[in-house]
Amino acid sequence: MSRVTKFAARDPGLGARVAGFMGHLRDNGFRVGVSETDTALHALAEVVSVDPDQARLALKAVCAGCAEDVAQFDALFTSYWMNEGRVRQKIVPSDRTVAPQNSASSREDENLETSGTGKAHSPEGGDGQGDSYSDGTGELIASSVHNLMKKDLRELVSPDDIRAAELIAIRLGRALRDRRSRRRKAARKGRQIDFRRTIRHSLATGGEPLRLAKRARPDRPVKIVALCDVSGSMMLYARPFLAFLAGLIRADDSSDAYLFHTRLVRITGALRDDDPLRALNRITLLADGFGGGSKIGGNLQQFARGYARKFVNGRSVVVILSDGYDSDAPEVLDAALAKLKKRGCKIIWLNPLKGWAGYEPVARGMAAALPYLDMFAAANTLGDLAALERELARL
Amino acid sequence: MTHLDLQTSLAQQGYIASDDLAMALHLAITLGRPLLLEGAAGVGKTDIARTLAAARQTELIRLQCYEGLDASQAIYEWNYQRQLLAIRAAAEDGETGLTVEKRIFSQEYLLERPLLQAIRREVAPVLLIDEIDRADEEFEAYLLEVLSDFQITVPELGTIKAITRPIVILTANGTRDLSDALRRRCIYAHVDYPDRATELAILASRCPEIEAHLGLQIVSFVQSIRKEELEKAPGIAEMLDFAAALAGLGINDLTDDPKILHATLATLLKTQSDRAAIPIEVAARLAGKAA
Repeated sequence: MSRVTKFAARDPGLGARVAGFMGHLRDNGFRVGVSETDTALHALAEVVSVDPDQARLALKAVCAGCAEDVAQFDALFTSYWMNEGRVRQKIVPSDRTVAPQNSASSREDENLETSGTGKAHSPEGGDGQGDSYSDGTGELIASSVHNLMKKDLRELVSPDDIRAAELIAIRLGRALRDRRSRRRKAARKGRQIDFRRTIRHSLATGGEPLRLAKRARPDRPVKIVALCDVSGSMMLYARPFLAFLAGLIRADDSSDAYLFHTRLVRITGALRDDDPLRALNRITLLADGFGGGSKIGGNLQQFARGYARKFVNGRSVVVILSDGYDSDAPEVLDAALAKLKKRGCKIIWLNPLKGWAGYEPVARGMAAALPYLDMFAAANTLGDLAALERELARL
Repeated sequence: MTHLDLQTSLAQQGYIASDDLAMALHLAITLGRPLLLEGAAGVGKTDIARTLAAARQTELIRLQCYEGLDASQAIYEWNYQRQLLAIRAAAEDGETGLTVEKRIFSQEYLLERPLLQAIRREVAPVLLIDEIDRADEEFEAYLLEVLSDFQITVPELGTIKAITRPIVILTANGTRDLSDALRRRCIYAHVDYPDRATELAILASRCPEIEAHLGLQIVSFVQSIRKEELEKAPGIAEMLDFAAALAGLGINDLTDDPKILHATLATLLKTQSDRAAIPIEVAARLAGKAA
């Protein structure tokens, strides 16, 4: 181990150095704040802090918050305190900051190779739903090419669609909502006696518990988080899915919606716009690159690390609307879904291709995802989505 | 007392703690913060609390978390049967309603559950909140409040303040992610499977009757079996069971009899697929390498 860093003579002292160290940790993805700095100073007072080893152990115990932090800590400690200078390590990918960008600029095409993931099964006899958009034949290939052509969503989705979708979304939301809590709350009718209240009431009748208060398990709302793939291969199904997203957000205040192609965009805010058509217009601006390549794994990873921390918990149902043709490696998707699943949510994958006769989830991405799914179903029209109601109620 | 002293006193109780863990524990005690321990099942997370309580000669209060855990099981509950009886008795004695009410909602009729017990002790106990990730998020939020103020409010009684602050140890093994708020409130240590030297020390302190040669073989064997693709890698408890099984069967060398070795794997591998993953040949090969 190298020498202990020599700080400048005009350095204001230990407090400032520790604060600097905290900044260094924050730059490297630790979630530490002022209170941690305070605790760290207290902790250093409790150990022989001139002994680098003790100081390292003490700061590690205070600053690390999870197993990944622990693994990184020693290197970061050495780089700050042991004369290697303050090195910013790009351990946390820059996709942490993925605030809904309002960029109308089109990024350069990334010269990633388009990795064809094989032929999709050809639609045997179509899907029979008479949807003019699902008459696709030929190959579906996942590509990571950014689409520069802008599509106007208003051409795709009509206000009538949104209204119909809103009704469906409300019904689906209700089907999912009937999830029982394990806790019990005071209720008018219930299976268990609420002793606490019964005793209270019985005081009025001389200890005779005439009125039995009850407790029941309340229903807990389930939060629906929808992620819709709008890459090129999904364009055929964009119409029902976008309408569904719009309906979902308008029907339920707690729901959340995202679009992804080569990037992930949160569209909840835009969809809450009072005017449904203006909402779609705003999304058109947000979803620059609509109909381009698909990076399902990368986007879900970004979602699991970023938004999911805030918006997904054990009462969430994550609905992924995608065909599973991914230009990222399947391991990425696998890791992302494993991480997402750890948040305790249910994951539903609606794949429009599954509706085709003889479809097998052979796309590498889809195969990697299957173990994590609570439900894998077909959906390529609004009617199909509505039909899911009963299945969802069973989850 | 430094973390090294703590490490020694734990070792005297038969717990070999790593430097990381000893420091985290030391800071948790001196700074009065809860300690969050994470790690795979069977690495000795729960045991550390038991050992710490023994080393400090204090009581261990344990709260096992599960889904649906609520205040009446974690904090306090009124003793309803006694309350009912008291009301009936009072009615016959002609006691007035007001005095009855005062009496039946007093400390005497309160059933203390672990969290309340822990703050009402004269000598600070060790409070172990086991598998916090199994409890739901509401409970986690409530726990945060208790752990920061160390006081509990009972509407009928008022606020009960802590007499002493317990040493709080929380354990989690990643059933779900814990909230950042809870993580930030705690001193954190990640407990991993022990390295060879540590595991040898553990085996020597727990099963002193096992010879050094066999002990070395056992530890090497278990360490190499953890590297295999298993659903559930054997923890320390499993290793000790394995050692006890071998000692009970009077085996002096792992390579002696592959059949018996394979049979004793029942103490290490607890699922059907893990048993299938280590057939008799693989077990013999690993044992051969360990020898």
